[in-house]
Amino acid sequence: MSFPQFLQQNGSELLTLLRQHLVLVFVSTLVAVVIGIPTGILLTRNKAWRSPVLGLANIMQTIPSLALFGFLIPLPFIGGIGARTAIVALVVYALLPIIRNTVTGIVGVDPNVREAAVAMGMTSSQILWQVEIPLAMSVILTGVRVATVISVGVTTIAAAVGAGGLGVYIFRGLRQYDNNLLLAGAVPAALMALVADFSLGLLEKHFSVEARSRKQKTNRRLRNLILVAAGLLIATGGYFIWHGSRARTQAPAGAQRVTIGSKDFTESVLLAEIVAQLLEARGIVVERQFELGGNLSHEALLSGRIDLYPEYTGTAYTAILHHPPITDPHAVYDQVRTQYAEKFKVETSQPLGFDNTFAILVRGAEARRLHLKTISDAVPHARSWRAGFGQDFMSRADGYPGFVKAYGLQFADQPREMDLSLTYIALSSGKVDLIAGNSTEGRIAALDLFQLEDDRHYFPPYEAIYFARQDTLARVPAVKEVLAKLAGTISTAEMRRLNYEVDGNKRGQSEVVREWLHAKGLYAQGQGCPCHQAVITKVIPRTKLEKSFSI
Amino acid sequence: MGATNQQILVEFRDVSYTVPAVSAPIISHLNLTVRNGETLVLLGESGCGKTTTLKLVNRLLLPTTGTVLVEGQSTVEWDAIRLRRRTGYVIQEGGLFPHFTVEQNIALVPRLEKWDEARTRERVSQLLSLVGLGSNEFAGRYPAELSGGQRQRVGVARALAAEPPLLLLDEPFGALDPLTRASLQREFLDLAKRLGKTAIFVTHDVREALLLGSRIGLMAAGRLLLLETPENFLKSKEPHAQAYLETLQLVRQA
Repeated sequence: MSFPQFLQQNGSELLTLLRQHLVLVFVSTLVAVVIGIPTGILLTRNKAWRSPVLGLANIMQTIPSLALFGFLIPLPFIGGIGARTAIVALVVYALLPIIRNTVTGIVGVDPNVREAAVAMGMTSSQILWQVEIPLAMSVILTGVRVATVISVGVTTIAAAVGAGGLGVYIFRGLRQYDNNLLLAGAVPAALMALVADFSLGLLEKHFSVEARSRKQKTNRRLRNLILVAAGLLIATGGYFIWHGSRARTQAPAGAQRVTIGSKDFTESVLLAEIVAQLLEARGIVVERQFELGGNLSHEALLSGRIDLYPEYTGTAYTAILHHPPITDPHAVYDQVRTQYAEKFKVETSQPLGFDNTFAILVRGAEARRLHLKTISDAVPHARSWRAGFGQDFMSRADGYPGFVKAYGLQFADQPREMDLSLTYIALSSGKVDLIAGNSTEGRIAALDLFQLEDDRHYFPPYEAIYFARQDTLARVPAVKEVLAKLAGTISTAEMRRLNYEVDGNKRGQSEVVREWLHAKGLYAQGQGCPCHQAVITKVIPRTKLEKSFSI
Repeated sequence: MGATNQQILVEFRDVSYTVPAVSAPIISHLNLTVRNGETLVLLGESGCGKTTTLKLVNRLLLPTTGTVLVEGQSTVEWDAIRLRRRTGYVIQEGGLFPHFTVEQNIALVPRLEKWDEARTRERVSQLLSLVGLGSNEFAGRYPAELSGGQRQRVGVARALAAEPPLLLLDEPFGALDPLTRASLQREFLDLAKRLGKTAIFVTHDVREALLLGSRIGLMAAGRLLLLETPENFLKSKEPHAQAYLETLQLVRQA
């Protein structure tokens, strides 16, 4: 698909993401200004606090943004998933430049000028408002400009906590190796940063004393223009927020609501979308909190921010319940089911019918040339191979360390740690020679990759299931019906095909899911015609947006 | 208050000023009176305490011991803001606000004092012509668009704006070239006579002191060595005064 075609098809979603991005940047910068400038002013009045506060702001800015989002999830009030958490994190990042420049700007005011102001009989608040702030204004605005540009960048990561924005395209593009998505996410974000940098730079120049004395007359008109533009910007931002908050009240009053989460890869999104569409067909209002990074969906389920999400038994057993990996699928499923119910008050659905285990992959041509069938066959060749693994595989108990030990594997180099979705491309293009992919990955066939058999049964079972909160099942009985209906309906081959429809053929996930549900005859008779789905899915951006503003 | 008290605008009574970090006092046992209408020049090298003396008058500093009286009232008892608005203050380069126009700089104190706008405007244009800056041309300029001498004139105009009874000037002409300085000195002399203001003028230039002062106070190491009229100063046998006068003769001989 060409880029213009892509834009034509996804224009309205792109606009929604762009708007979410703008609102996140705008709200967080505004909050940071409202907190940061007064804090900076107080620090100029209180020297003892200056270095500890600036130091703290400094440290907060060095926390990697994804880690900061992670810290915030479990916190009450400011935590959770969605726009609120994102804004808290963005504010934390934006504070340092604003506070620091406010302090620098005010402290940097010519001492002669300040002494003259005191000697003229100005009160300290008159000095602040009439002398210090105007003279520090351009330096303070530099801080605001830097903070805004940082916010535009960090906001792309906010997509990982379900806050939306252009990062959704960037993450999705990386996952699906889709340049259109990457460009559609990255280019507007870069442009936004440039525009913010340029326009705030103009404003800043305008407030600098030198510029003012050079050509104050022509500047007055420019000043009015800039003030009008700033006013418009604030009004637009305000409108979006108001509009967003109204979207919530527009939802039918008596309707049952369910919030569905997913992890941040296509299969998880598809599985979540399947439940979402089936619930919507039953007249339930669904909020989609898809594409949550790392273990965020688990955290979100426990804290009640989402009601259900798709998971794999092996992941729950090892990564969440912290058991050493075992290979008996029934034992794993039974233990997960009992322990989730006891520990977390979470119910486990029947398995969906396929296993998404780690697939050790090599290039098909290589496998044929060396007559490789099993992982054991590959061990002698591995000494001259480079391996590439996703972060997840490197860190988990049933991942890399146990894997190499079980097979006595040795690679030419320390494995490259990279984004999971990039490993497939890295393998097919010869950058690495062995990867650990997913067995249901749609591109395995498309890229002519070969899955080596796990002949020592190292990898534990990863049966797809849904986790749902017990209180949700009690509140919305339809959820239980839908989950029961889905038991055993998806084979590994079918899942591979669905994944490839999205990742390989670049089709929309809701369309792929709708088609599949229809073909399988999974819509309940008379309870909802798939042709209404189009209308309902159109509402999605708005419900997503609405979540963004429930601050 | 009696008539004699009104003759004295500022009085230092055994004033000392010390800074904790520095062992030697910056001002030590200073006794001094400034009479209504006179221009008292404090002459001395940098670090002798003359600027500190000035700052003790408008309560930018408070004495460590002793009392500074302004209009018969100790500066400790004065409301600092009121005292400062009754005291014009001029420093080197004028200390003008770079983000204010000439007009805004001069109108600062009248506006703080909430004069009505018509009166403020009239006062500004009056002051601009008084210090020799045609109001149409200069009122809208920013300090960066003025020469050093023009800035200094604006500084004086600003200090005079709210008609304070007392002017404090801290080496106002120190940063100017000699020709501009000479012309501003003449104008100041003329102005001081016409307005009958009381002024305390700090300088390290003995010619300026002799030209402008109705009395000269010679300071060194925080002490007042001598307080004389220019005529008597010229005849003084005090070694510091002699040293200053010798510099004058060197110039004349050359």
